[in-house]
Amino acid sequence: MEADPAGVLTGAHYFDGDFACGEGAMAAGCRFVAGYPITPSTEVVERISRRFPLIGGTFIQMEDELASMAAVAGASWTGTKSMTVTSGPGFSLMMENIGLATMMELPCVVVNVQRGGPSTGLPTMVGQADIMQARWGSHGDYETIALSPQSPQEAFDLVIDAFNLAEIYRTPVMFMMDECVGHMSEKVVIPKPEEIEIVPRKLTTKSPEEFLPYVPDENLVPEFARAGDGYKFHTTGLTHDERGYPVMSAECQELNVRRLVDKIRRNAEKIVRFEEEATDGADVVLITYGITARVARMAIDIARKKGVKVGVIRLIVVWPFPEKHIRELAKKIKAFVVPEINYGQIALEVERCSAGNAATRLVSHMGGGVHNPQDIVDAILEAAK
Amino acid sequence: MSRTEVRITGFGGQGVVLAAYIIGRACSVFGGKHATMTQSFGPEARGAACSATQIISDTEVLYPYIVRPDILIVMSSDGYDTYRDELKDDGILIYEKDLVHPILKKRQPSFGIPSTRIAESLGRTIVQNIVMIGFFGAVTQIVSREALRKGVEASVPPGTEELNLKAFEAGLAYFDDEYGKKKTKKPAKAAAAGKSD
Amino acid sequence: MSKVIDRPEVAKEQHPVAPLLRMDRIPHIWCPGCGIGTVVKCFATALQETEVDLNKLAIVSGIGCSGRAAGYMKLDGFHTTHGRAIPFATGLKLARPELKVVVFSGDGDLAGIGGNHLIHSARRNQDLMVILVNNFNYAMTGGQNAPTTPTPAKTSTMPYGNFEHPFNVPHLVASCGASYVARWTSLHVRRMTKSFKEALNRKGFRFIEVVTPCATLYARLNKLGLGLDLMRFYHQESEIRNGADTRDVAIGYQSKIICGKFVDEDRPSYLETMHEYYRKVLGDKYVPTPPEGGMLREQN
Repeated sequence: MEADPAGVLTGAHYFDGDFACGEGAMAAGCRFVAGYPITPSTEVVERISRRFPLIGGTFIQMEDELASMAAVAGASWTGTKSMTVTSGPGFSLMMENIGLATMMELPCVVVNVQRGGPSTGLPTMVGQADIMQARWGSHGDYETIALSPQSPQEAFDLVIDAFNLAEIYRTPVMFMMDECVGHMSEKVVIPKPEEIEIVPRKLTTKSPEEFLPYVPDENLVPEFARAGDGYKFHTTGLTHDERGYPVMSAECQELNVRRLVDKIRRNAEKIVRFEEEATDGADVVLITYGITARVARMAIDIARKKGVKVGVIRLIVVWPFPEKHIRELAKKIKAFVVPEINYGQIALEVERCSAGNAATRLVSHMGGGVHNPQDIVDAILEAAK
Repeated sequence: MSRTEVRITGFGGQGVVLAAYIIGRACSVFGGKHATMTQSFGPEARGAACSATQIISDTEVLYPYIVRPDILIVMSSDGYDTYRDELKDDGILIYEKDLVHPILKKRQPSFGIPSTRIAESLGRTIVQNIVMIGFFGAVTQIVSREALRKGVEASVPPGTEELNLKAFEAGLAYFDDEYGKKKTKKPAKAAAAGKSD
Repeated sequence: MSKVIDRPEVAKEQHPVAPLLRMDRIPHIWCPGCGIGTVVKCFATALQETEVDLNKLAIVSGIGCSGRAAGYMKLDGFHTTHGRAIPFATGLKLARPELKVVVFSGDGDLAGIGGNHLIHSARRNQDLMVILVNNFNYAMTGGQNAPTTPTPAKTSTMPYGNFEHPFNVPHLVASCGASYVARWTSLHVRRMTKSFKEALNRKGFRFIEVVTPCATLYARLNKLGLGLDLMRFYHQESEIRNGADTRDVAIGYQSKIICGKFVDEDRPSYLETMHEYYRKVLGDKYVPTPPEGGMLREQN
């Protein structure tokens, strides 16, 4: 469906990534946000708290991030598109109820404007070291969806996709920004409401008598009934059957958790999204995401001038990972070069998928800044040898 | 492929970030260029040294931080002391004439303006940064005066447009009076265009 | 192989609150002599007698013995994470304000791990009804020390007796700003039911503590007898003092339990305050979340 015009500030703006993300959420139809201030993400909720009372949304600043994520889970049961926003330390606290939202299968978006870690780390400076946490930060087995924007414009565009994916797969979606994109201002063009495609909450058409809350459809996604519509359903963070009743058995665990994981894995090819350039005939392929993707493009230009055949894959959806594609590519190239602002996270995934067919060369930066393009150039030249 | 790096510095309360924001908005939204702004974040403090950077380019800005600015706008002596060595050897220095007393270098064209005094004469010191934007526009010609004017108009609080536009015009006029008509110095357009990268 | 024998000649007995329970989940997990079932029964009776729209009523629990209540009631029932029932309920309420949202959980869940949410929710006078079942220990996990355990009661993690000062929970929430605060024991079924009925029709943060026996752990570890012995104790040692100053209602070990309705003030709730404030500062520009919620629907 088309976006609700109330949430869409059509026009050309000059926004930082945080503001753009907030505007994107409102354009996507988000009408409930619970959050707790944390640098460098706070501007997202500052933007939203100013605009929500004018467009029918509710923002509440909770007492901590545990509460913020719990409130988002509760709100999602009303069919309201819901979001919370944080950075590393808060992301850690949210993991408990990201697990709950995963188990209850609640569409919602969790924005993490990544800063340097571990612990309090570098509050005002960039990092990309929560990428693995986004995937498996909560306990137990599950699969997640995560996106990573490289610019304020993409912070706007992709957060809408994040909301849509959350609806399609009934799962929390991680929106993995970074401090650099969050605090960088650039031109952001917001289209007209009718040009923005929104996936609305799909409600069950069954009657309360015949409805069971966890019967999966052909995509392994169950039908949704919202709280207050007379369905009187039960839901729990415990392992549960199709009625939403707790069942403490290996059999039920097998059915419940396998489906939760397969819901993403079996649809992975539909969810993965990346930009690919000049990988045909390349010797070296860069795998990039977020702000690092931009800096890497400078390195690619320099390396090409030196005669190296370099291609690039920019991950837009980081999780699920384009596993199949990387496997195929590994058979055709010499090496992957993976620059990231951490000590090797996506590089591990690339290495796993290359299965020894191509080398994987990590270019790590421990955070607090972006790569010196020359470091990436050096890695490309080494890899091409 | 041009890339012009600009640093604006002053003390908290002078509107350093807003000035950078307006320049970026004017260049990108109204001037058809790419402009990427980053600002230094720290604990909030009025009166402390403050800085923001702008990268203005005809193509997408890939590297988001400045390396050595082509243009340094200084509105406080603290800011000058902190950032003066960073300015490119042939970079342009734009400064608040009453507050900053720079050691001028031969290869660095420099342009001073008593922007605070001008703002005071308009009735509100607070528009000092807007006077500076007008002056910056006239000195560098990095973007059309019209685009900058639109940037100012669209970015200041509603109801203050008139005063701010007056301040903007005053900045332009000061350049025309002091540097333009007398032709003691030419607009620094060539230098501002930056080096190819 | 078991076979269900249908005996239609025998009239099926039904518990009076059975329509409000998920009978397909009965028998419940609670021990003989436990008081939680009594609280559920009183709550169900209150729902029947107040004739609230059950389609618009949600029950939210955390983790623990009392946390299972949400699973046995035929309502929109949410069994959430440990300590987070109140913030979860907050999201539910604010995103669909027409719902009545009731939090039903235990002392460890609400005052221990969820203590921060409890005080902030009371501070906001959030539009939630909170039933805190206090059995003085963490029963689900084997009788460990709770923030409500009186000194020097024994628990499995204070085997020599508890030396930590416990919370006086009614005083805690009253001093934070809750507009309705009451305490009963599971013996006081009529008064407890009346409190539930009252609270269901109030706004703001409504808090009712119910002291219940944990025969299996707390009573056994402290050699206090069976559930029935504790009920006898409540009969002898509880004192009804409506309007009591909550500073005076702390519970000591096997000492007098002051019960009653301590606070019942007509103060603006969170939602009332928010609407009023935004209307004042934003005027006609204020667009509140509609009562039926913030879900966007296709315009036809």
